[in-house]
Amino acid sequence: MPADAAGLGRARAAAFVAPALLLIAGFLVFPALWTIYLGMTDYRLTGLAAAEPAFTGLDNVRRALDEDQFTHSLGLTLQFVVGSAVLGQALLGFAIAWLLRERHGALRRLVEALVLLAWILPGSVVAFLWIALLDREDGTLNALLGTPGTAWLVEHPMAAIIVFNIWRGTAFSMMLYAAALSSVPPSQLETARLAGASSWQQLRDVVLPRIRGHVLTNLLLISLWTFNDFTPFLLTNGGPGDETEIMPVFVYKTALFNGELGYGAALSVLMLLVNLVIALVYVRLLRAREAAS
Amino acid sequence: MAAIALTGLTKDYPGGVRALDGLELDVADGEFFALLGPSGCGKTTILRTIAGLEEATAGTVVIGGDDVTRLPPGRRDVAMVFQDYALFPHMTVTDNVAYPLRIRKVPTAERRGRAAETAGQLGLTKQLDRRPGQLSGGQQQRVALARAMACHPRVFLFDEPLSNLDARMRLEARTFLKRLQRELAVTTVFVTHDQAEALALADRIAVLSDGRVRQVGTPTEVFRRPANTFVASFIGSTPMNLLPGTVTAGARVLVGDAALPAPVGEIAPGTPVVYGIRPEYLRLTPTAGEDTVTGEITVVENLGSTQLLTLEGPAGTVQVVVPEDSEAAPGAPLHVVPRADRALLYRPDGDGELLTNCPTPGGAAPGA
Ligand SMILES: Nc1ncnc2c1ncn2[C@@H]1O[C@H](COP(=O)(O)OP(=O)(O)O)[C@@H](O)[C@H]1O
Ligand SMILES: [Mg+2]
Repeated sequence: MPADAAGLGRARAAAFVAPALLLIAGFLVFPALWTIYLGMTDYRLTGLAAAEPAFTGLDNVRRALDEDQFTHSLGLTLQFVVGSAVLGQALLGFAIAWLLRERHGALRRLVEALVLLAWILPGSVVAFLWIALLDREDGTLNALLGTPGTAWLVEHPMAAIIVFNIWRGTAFSMMLYAAALSSVPPSQLETARLAGASSWQQLRDVVLPRIRGHVLTNLLLISLWTFNDFTPFLLTNGGPGDETEIMPVFVYKTALFNGELGYGAALSVLMLLVNLVIALVYVRLLRAREAAS
Repeated sequence: MAAIALTGLTKDYPGGVRALDGLELDVADGEFFALLGPSGCGKTTILRTIAGLEEATAGTVVIGGDDVTRLPPGRRDVAMVFQDYALFPHMTVTDNVAYPLRIRKVPTAERRGRAAETAGQLGLTKQLDRRPGQLSGGQQQRVALARAMACHPRVFLFDEPLSNLDARMRLEARTFLKRLQRELAVTTVFVTHDQAEALALADRIAVLSDGRVRQVGTPTEVFRRPANTFVASFIGSTPMNLLPGTVTAGARVLVGDAALPAPVGEIAPGTPVVYGIRPEYLRLTPTAGEDTVTGEITVVENLGSTQLLTLEGPAGTVQVVVPEDSEAAPGAPLHVVPRADRALLYRPDGDGELLTNCPTPGGAAPGA
């Protein structure tokens, strides 16, 4: 057992930790528990139920699972996560990192700067840029493609927010993969080349086995971030109709637009559970990998 | 059937570094050829250019009569062993050794059999199912060798493969490597910065500096008749004494106050030269004479069966190898006599080329 290294004694040690624990309890644990509690009431922003919310147990959860709107929203979110994070950001990020791996100098710095810029700009600024890009009347994209009058955000709203999120978030994957690739010894790639391995075979036999841990960690992080991302709302407002009403937007509209705070809280808890499932899957994959090697 | 010929090979790295400059080199079929030189002289670059991992800026690489200068590495039929062995950490020994065969689409059963056979030849039978992380340095090195051997290439390229082993293992691996190369008779180019390794292993050695070949020859030639002062000071476990002097009448060279016998040949008296003599070829003598180098002992280094003494005297700083039992102490005066037949004369300017043409003891003078 590690003894009391600082020589504080139990009571004084507890006194030092107490303020931090109180802050965590007050601002993290309590709201979380409060949300779970709210989720079991019919609490509303206005009206009778605002004054005297009634305890309704699991009614909200049942309602969510019965209502098409929830499953519709969950489906859209999964599309959004798989399309923009797992396929889009991860693959594009890897491709850029792979192509730039042996390049130094101006080209590399330029690409990195552009990709990073998309990542560090504030969401509201980025949303405005994209609205200008995709605008029906004077949009840059229509001018570039020669397709005047195409309302991208209305005609292809899901595709628009997926491409938007790929563009926005690829930087993280690119940087993570670039770091991972630099850990692959060049002599191993060269041994494969000398044996006659194609680029694809080098990737499969030398690179991927080595960076699997990085790949899984990256997928975990970007999946969670994308699942909880609210920025698409700034582009499409969840519309047209409910065509881009991904989970965060659905919760926001339910709780604050419609004022159904209780139902919104229940939806948040469900979101949290989905997040937990995603995390568990990745953690298990990571463990399996560690056990194998 | 796989001699290597490098013609006019030049390599510029981006950033303006000229690593090789119009290099000419021929390696005979089946030969064990060492590239020797100080760090940064371009040895690795030569090897990588032969392998195709670097593209030559100018010049050609011919292997076994085929011009491979523009071929990708995978189609040159060469195998390389890297300094860090470059084993794939996630594959077992068998899979590592069989990897080149797998790329060549050899059926699984056959390639496993061939891998096991090759690994067995190198004494790795017990380690077949282990991963590189579970092997000692010497075993890893043999796995790397086995992987190079398994696909029967025309040429082996070794980049300092022994440098990551401890001193004892290195000696064992050296003997092992030499025997293996004899048995396989595959043309081998071996890079090292260790002159003892090159002398021990190679059929022929190319001594390099600054991307240029300074001498090519057998270990004996390079050791006995270094072609210039660079090679003279690089080869040998203790560097050759290179003393400035002047040719005098009577086939002697005046070094300091000593008139030493030397193979002066046609060189006119009065010509300034550099007098070269290895520390091993200086003999102790009790009395001073006209042909003795005299000095005071400043450093005594014990080399086991011999001692290395450093003298300071009118001739400059001179090193002498003496038997272990000679009683030498710093501060004592000492007289030594050079073996006249082992003295060499070099030009004091330019590249310091060998001037004399005395016969190599026990053999014909090369390039004479
Ligand atoms: N990829 C590279 N880019 C630029 N310069 C290099 C590169 N590789 C080697 N060099 C330079 O080329 C010269 C020869 O290098 P190298 O062939 O590695 O020498 P050696 O193997 O004899 O130590 C050195 O001056 C080195 O700095
Ligand atoms: Mg080197």
